[in-house]
Amino acid sequence: MRITQGTFSFLPDLTDAEITAQIQYALDNKWPCSVEFTDDPHPRNVYWDMWGLPMFDLADAAGVLAEVNACRKAKPEHYIRLNAYNANYGKQTVALSFIVQRPSDEPGFRLDRQDAHDRTIHYTLHPYAADAPPGRRYNGQQ
Amino acid sequence: MSESPARIGFGMASPGRNAAGKGAAEEPAEEKKTLPPDARISLAEERAETGIDEVFNSLDAELVGLAPVKNRIREIAALLLVDRARSRFGLSTSRPNLHMSFTGSPGTGKTTVAMRMADMLHRLGYLRRGHLVSVTRDDLVGQYVGHTAPKTKEVLKRAMGGVLFIDEAYYLYRADNERDYGQESIEILLQVMENHREDLVVILAGYKDRMDSFFVSNPGMSSRIAHHIDFPDYTLDELEGIGKLMMQAEGYSFTPKAAKTFREYLDRRKGQPRFANARSVRNAIERARLRHASRMMTTDEAVGRDELTTLKPEDFLGSRVFAESTDETTTG
Repeated sequence: MRITQGTFSFLPDLTDAEITAQIQYALDNKWPCSVEFTDDPHPRNVYWDMWGLPMFDLADAAGVLAEVNACRKAKPEHYIRLNAYNANYGKQTVALSFIVQRPSDEPGFRLDRQDAHDRTIHYTLHPYAADAPPGRRYNGQQ
Repeated sequence: MSESPARIGFGMASPGRNAAGKGAAEEPAEEKKTLPPDARISLAEERAETGIDEVFNSLDAELVGLAPVKNRIREIAALLLVDRARSRFGLSTSRPNLHMSFTGSPGTGKTTVAMRMADMLHRLGYLRRGHLVSVTRDDLVGQYVGHTAPKTKEVLKRAMGGVLFIDEAYYLYRADNERDYGQESIEILLQVMENHREDLVVILAGYKDRMDSFFVSNPGMSSRIAHHIDFPDYTLDELEGIGKLMMQAEGYSFTPKAAKTFREYLDRRKGQPRFANARSVRNAIERARLRHASRMMTTDEAVGRDELTTLKPEDFLGSRVFAESTDETTTG
């Protein structure tokens, strides 16, 4: 099951040229970019691991793309996303965030039902990938 | 809201704007249809299209002398223009290596030329952004183990799409200390100069003799640099021209007598130690302005525009340069 998180996630995966264009759009707006990765696909998992520090004062997308590629090389079977942060007063939030890499196989989620008191049922999503310990999910890749 | 019109709404990339951006990106690709082999194109038109002449004109107008440097810049521009024309015929051209080293005495205009170079390469389509990131050893080399690589890489990322100008590059390598982190920085630089040739141009600058010994101890660096450009010292006439340009920019002028004194000042200063070409000229003018100002303050008469903008011989004659030489003549 294809994870749909962040901008462009309902589109086919972006090519490097398209990613470069998006990064350039962010940089032209003076939004610093950062790269993050995770192997926990749960939608409530908002704290992804940082790949290096956010990149400030960049002018050209090539520098950010180089970091994306370095992260892809180190984490070939992880989700990798790119964040662009709008630091303007009154915004101070992530302005653009999209997935730039996903694992080759995404097993998806199981719906767990939990019986509670008075025959009520609690539902929860359980990612199949989370059955393996972190770092060994998705084809056992680190 | 004081925001640019490009960011109305929530600052998100709206689908409409996105599509427009894509269209703009596709246009040049469409324009670059391969020309038939028998087509003729005008290089003069190509030249006008890039606006490169503006850069040349401002180079000629604002930089006095430096003939060998200007020649080399013209050659590089010609090569890039011809490459552009060739690519329109579908001829493959390997991307020329444009890493440079600028050597020369202090104050010969290395930084200024580097800035013009970034602008020119951007106009010719060699660089995507054309900004100049000027750094020294402090910005590249870290203070403890493991600090250098991230620091150097961050600077390189900032410079991508433009020119990385490393001033006094020979400080990167310290022969006397083999554990110096500078070597690590040089290795990363070399790697990026080779692998990211399309992303940035590296310009190393420094004094001639020390750069030479730097290249001797780092042959890899020397061979990756295609253009070794030497900045000659200015002649007396050129220094005078520089001084006049600086005065004009500051809104001052000479009396004819002061012009003569200024020339004599330059002549004497040139022979003295620690002469830094254009920088010394600037300092001389700064000090003349100081003396001019204190002269103005001591007069009781009302002053007009002319008095406020005209430098007189005594503004220069107060200088240490003249004092020392008169001492010499009296003693010797």
